[in-house]
Amino acid sequence: MSSTVIRAEGLGKQYRVGEREGYLALRDILMRALRSPLKVFRPAQSELMWALRDVSLQVEHGEVIGIIGRNGSGKTTLLKILSRITRPTTGSAEVYGSVRTLLEVGTGFHPELTGRENMYLSGAILGMSRREIERKFDTIVAFSGVERFIDTPLKHYSTGMQMRLAFAVAAHLEPDILLVDEVLAVGDLEFQKKCLGKMEEVSGSGRTILFVSHQMNQIRRLCKRVLWLEGGEIYKSGPTAAVLGEYESAMTTPNGNAVRRARQVNAKARFVRWRIVEPASKQENVVAVSGSITVQFSLEVYTSVQRGHHGIALFDNDGQLLWGRAAENLDLPIGVTELAYSFPMMPLRPGVYTWRVTLYDENGLVDRWDGVPEMIIATENYQHSRDEWCGILNVPSRLDVRQSDSHRVNRL
Amino acid sequence: MTEKSEDMPQVATVDSAPSVGASLPASAPPLQQPFYRIAPPEGFLDLNLREVWDYKGLLYFLVWRDIKIRYKQTAIGAAWAIIQPFMTMVVFSLFFGKLARMPSEGLPYPIFYYTALLPWTYFSGALQNATNTIVENQRVVTKVYFPRVILPLSAVLSGLLDLGISFLMFIVLMLYYRIHFAWTILLLPSFLLLAVATALGVGLWLSALNAIYRDVRYVMPFLLQLWMFASPVAYPSSLVPERWRWLFGLNPMTGVIEGFRWALTGHGKPPGGLLLASMGIAAVIFCAGLVYFQKMETTIADVV
Repeated sequence: MSSTVIRAEGLGKQYRVGEREGYLALRDILMRALRSPLKVFRPAQSELMWALRDVSLQVEHGEVIGIIGRNGSGKTTLLKILSRITRPTTGSAEVYGSVRTLLEVGTGFHPELTGRENMYLSGAILGMSRREIERKFDTIVAFSGVERFIDTPLKHYSTGMQMRLAFAVAAHLEPDILLVDEVLAVGDLEFQKKCLGKMEEVSGSGRTILFVSHQMNQIRRLCKRVLWLEGGEIYKSGPTAAVLGEYESAMTTPNGNAVRRARQVNAKARFVRWRIVEPASKQENVVAVSGSITVQFSLEVYTSVQRGHHGIALFDNDGQLLWGRAAENLDLPIGVTELAYSFPMMPLRPGVYTWRVTLYDENGLVDRWDGVPEMIIATENYQHSRDEWCGILNVPSRLDVRQSDSHRVNRL
Repeated sequence: MTEKSEDMPQVATVDSAPSVGASLPASAPPLQQPFYRIAPPEGFLDLNLREVWDYKGLLYFLVWRDIKIRYKQTAIGAAWAIIQPFMTMVVFSLFFGKLARMPSEGLPYPIFYYTALLPWTYFSGALQNATNTIVENQRVVTKVYFPRVILPLSAVLSGLLDLGISFLMFIVLMLYYRIHFAWTILLLPSFLLLAVATALGVGLWLSALNAIYRDVRYVMPFLLQLWMFASPVAYPSSLVPERWRWLFGLNPMTGVIEGFRWALTGHGKPPGGLLLASMGIAAVIFCAGLVYFQKMETTIADVV
């Protein structure tokens, strides 16, 4: 039996560029009004950008669909529209069934409340009723593995424990349709595995799932059908194997760069692949343990390059530049050149990051490539237990508390 | 426009729908009619009160959270609810009463001021909480769907417990001054309702505005101070010349405060025309607030 549970027609979402940056202040509006009184009534001139454009899709009951695409390709926007968090600018959709959305774990958690209290609160925010939470209480606590601390305020939990509890609540939602965004990219690998298992269980019970991920192995394991978004539009959709195969080759081979619009190439050389070579692991884009790592970029050179200039940069999910460096006077012979960068550690908050590499020669740009897949940091968090106090820099630290007049040292 | 069709199982009652865990075979068969529709925002008002009702469970937990956190984070907890109006009452009794000899409708100054400070303290607290609620819950607003109106509503409701606690102090004062409650106290809930409606009505406006213009919150203390002196907290409304009384009544808090004084002590005249004006204007503010909030609701997740 198959019947449609989501039917979307031409969904589009337009944002004002810069709308998300900085907040308007009444002060600014008043100043503008004083300077040029008439202009206030005219809308501010700002560029509009389509985060999502003309997306139509039909999802059948019980389907598990993977949504892939690069950062900023509209994946999250699509989930936000389907879950009614934001309204589309154009198009419409019909949804047949109850929907729960998991855009992050731990939504609504409050550090002052105990684990138990937070379970109820988070459950209510995610759409569970009180009776439903009561009924599942023991199962959720058992899944989270924080039984002993369930009546301790959340602020005393480690980040890992918070994540466990948060996901345990989320994993016990029972909607008809579940929309999940990248939440499995957080937490350590052990817990990720547990969550993935739970997702499989959920999908096995006939629920419909839309699942955004950067981890192709997860998509392969869970999804029969994949939706590939590029620049806010559906670039391709179809059976997982076919679309993923094409996606991966498009992202890593010189011939498949049809979707890489920004890539201007004069075919002298191309970046074709990047991976983490040290420590070696099956998932070559995932940093699972903190410590030294080596990231290697493969560059295919078709015409030898003299006095080349190579740049590299690392961006976070919001497009913020985190690190960059350049190398000059590179002479590259025809063939494959491996550029290996070694770092003593990659001290970044768990999340999704993008490498960008460039190559210039005397005549200008040879290749610029935003590395695909994205790099996923899945290490332990060494920071504040409250998310809003977790910065981008995730370094282990030591605190010594000394009284200057005595020689006592408390090491925390 | 998002709407749920009338005859479908509702979100908040999800536990009464077939519950399907991993142990059970399959999820419920798909619905024949859309659970909801999604389309660009349009129209003047498409408030879905039924949906708000469906989310009453969430409303309960948000109120519960507000109260819990407020009492956990303050050292003296519930006592705070008494100290604030009580100290203000002492100051007012000293300066406006003993020194300025303000008329007090034959009531002892502490009673005269405390009856006004009960609703005023509630109102100013509720309004401030409501104004900040969207911004403070920004994480939740951008990650989960629920009718946004739940947020200011919960902020306004959670202040009622403080009001109840400070009312206990009022009973002590009444005993101390040996004043009997009059039958008029039976009408107190209606004045309380007016206070809640006013706080929510203005709160709807300000919470949406504060989400867009972040400096609204800095205007709040100033606004509330002005508002307090425009309300008969420190003086009786009989001090206002008869000719201007109607204008005075356009401040809904005038009706609330005069109503509280009258209902709690039986002193003074029932605030007839004044009350009608206050109720009228509160209704206008409330409805306009709902319309404005609904309009903003569709984009709040994008700008907050």
